[in-house]
Amino acid sequence: MSSLPDPQLPAGPIAEAWRRSREALPLISPLRKRNLTLLVVGTGLAGASAAATLAEQGYRVRVLSFHDSPRRAHSVAAQGGINAARAQAVDGDSVSRLFADTLRGGDFRAREAGCQRLAEISSAIIDQCVAQGVPFAREYGGTLATRSFGGALVSRTFYARGQTGQQLLYGAYQALMRQVAAGRVELLCRREVLELITVDGVARGVVCRDLLSGALEVHTAQAVLLATGGYSNVYFLSTNALKSNASAIWQAHRQGALFANPCFTQIHPTCIPSGDAYQCKLTLMSESLRNDGRIWLPASAGDERAPAAIPEDERDYFLERLYPAYGNMAPRDVASRRARELCNAGHGVGPGGRSVYLDLRDAIAREGRQVIEARYGNLLEMYERISGDDPTDTPMRIYPAPHYTMGGLWVDYPLMSSIPGLFVLGEANFSEHGANRLGASALMQGLADGYFIAPATVTAWLSGHPTPTIADDAPACREALERARSRIGALFQGGGTLPVDAFHRQL
Amino acid sequence: MTSLSGASGSLSLNLRIWRQDNPGEPGAYRSFRLERVGADLSLLEALDQLNEQLIATGERPVHFEHDCREGICGSCGFLVNGQAHGPRAATSVCQLYLRQFADGATLTLEPWRSRAFPPIQDLVVERSALDRLIAAGGYCSVNTGQAPDGNAMLIGQEQAASAFATATCIGCGACVASCRNASASLFVAAKLAHLGQLPQGQPERRRRARAMQQQMTAEGFGSCSSNLECEAVCPKQISADWISWMHREAR
Repeated sequence: MSSLPDPQLPAGPIAEAWRRSREALPLISPLRKRNLTLLVVGTGLAGASAAATLAEQGYRVRVLSFHDSPRRAHSVAAQGGINAARAQAVDGDSVSRLFADTLRGGDFRAREAGCQRLAEISSAIIDQCVAQGVPFAREYGGTLATRSFGGALVSRTFYARGQTGQQLLYGAYQALMRQVAAGRVELLCRREVLELITVDGVARGVVCRDLLSGALEVHTAQAVLLATGGYSNVYFLSTNALKSNASAIWQAHRQGALFANPCFTQIHPTCIPSGDAYQCKLTLMSESLRNDGRIWLPASAGDERAPAAIPEDERDYFLERLYPAYGNMAPRDVASRRARELCNAGHGVGPGGRSVYLDLRDAIAREGRQVIEARYGNLLEMYERISGDDPTDTPMRIYPAPHYTMGGLWVDYPLMSSIPGLFVLGEANFSEHGANRLGASALMQGLADGYFIAPATVTAWLSGHPTPTIADDAPACREALERARSRIGALFQGGGTLPVDAFHRQL
Repeated sequence: MTSLSGASGSLSLNLRIWRQDNPGEPGAYRSFRLERVGADLSLLEALDQLNEQLIATGERPVHFEHDCREGICGSCGFLVNGQAHGPRAATSVCQLYLRQFADGATLTLEPWRSRAFPPIQDLVVERSALDRLIAAGGYCSVNTGQAPDGNAMLIGQEQAASAFATATCIGCGACVASCRNASASLFVAAKLAHLGQLPQGQPERRRRARAMQQQMTAEGFGSCSSNLECEAVCPKQISADWISWMHREAR
């Protein structure tokens, strides 16, 4: 254990620890910040919000994005909502309850001080996003609307229909573009990070490739912030976007940054299953469907009849059978595990026996087709578009799929990795979700890291660590450039005949 | 019931694809044939399959933009038989599935064409002009930490829903590509309407309207002549009524 770095946890009682430690953090004068350059990799919720905030504070910020525009980052695809402990409804929610839910949801494997900090910051995130013009859903009276989400007994999830991630990302993106216009952020799109540049063990920049010209570039800075998302795409079929390739955190890890909890991957139970070997990814269907859909499989293995031909007493509503209290709303990880076990035992349906039925029949009989269609309109449409089946006639087929990674690069309480000067934000770090993330907490964590935590802790670190500017052709830069070049050269020498995707598919 | 078994069959397609090595060289259509591909695949997955075949024969794969493949990131987009994002309404091209095409059909794929979207390669164009439109004023000027309580401003449910409907624009550029003037009016109107309908957007409302429309001209986008093609192809079905609203805004 002695080789583990110090997590820099705050002293004293956990409540208000963030406020106390933030007030004690050293500052840097805005005039001096003008001469300090920060490198932010990634433009999702964490990256865009951090870059915008740091630029507002006066730093020179250079932003690298793998995409053609910052607005494409995969945060855009998050559907459900964002948690915040605002206690606006009188259902007894509080900071300590959000803290406890986060910790319990993560099977007590999360860092308590971090969870507490997240719960304390959560409310300010909503205020910030509202001020940016994020069109959150509102009650008739004009106040912010909330709904409840899996793993919580209170209503604390703020949302913008089923596109909350998109709206929050556009808020951060617009704040970022405002800083680009002001000349404080230099935005470089279509760049892929290939190497980390370290000087005396301190992260000082990256080597990246311009994806259009192929040219290798050196970017140096006083500190580097990685906000490049998770690694669900190590699985060929996940719900992640195809460009979410995890290459930046992998490079950092190869160069010595510790990686924590890599096995903690969230498998989401309700995805549209795979149909064809050339299918490239899976699409998530909101978990909310489990409120009205009953999940079942044929009771006897190898039953190949069409679902309508299987009589009621030969159907196994396995979640209702195994978990009478939760029924079809059993927690994500539990529902995913049971579905997979039964499919492995030969009960699965669809191509390769790799799916289970989610059946709206009884809900439609109870409440009428129109009510169900109004409730889940866009989801049912999306399912029909992808599968070709009408889910109000035929049970939907779903299957679990990798969706989010709780693990990531190890960071201390100030979000710095085990390489000094390398900060890691959002899903890319391992932080506050323990072994299992609560629904609607990913957006909260990304924005807490970017808007509020990193801007304070990066400044504190810089104030105590003078980092003289290094030239682009300094020995450390030349060496990193050479490592990137020789790796690319070796790949070109490979002489194989298989396309890249063939390897990924086999994995 | 067709695809329940995952065997709604397969089909063959003729693809006529715009091939252009780089912006400096002229492009041309090339024809490819895809034999017996699964009807449950998306058009982009069919292109993935074509590209694997091209790689195997040593030819450069067809370059097209894509990322989330569920219609929300706005990366993908090209014309399919002359229609931006293809024949299906309210869909981006990544959500177009082969089962809706006839066996043996010929699909012509070409990139967005607009002065403000310079070509890069094949079906890919440079759309950073849209980012510069946002940078010109598509935001509320509020620094982190300056925000008042989110409930201090009451916003009616319908007002919030209407602002949301315009905020759903994914920045794909289909409106520009389908407009005979290559105008970005729907894109700009959607952003002005999103912020202009909310109290947070009021202090900068006039300045924003003027700055974004000036930038639109500076980027080389045309003006609107009310053909409403933009609304017809918009994957998020944003109403072109907001363009008339925008014209009143700038005054």
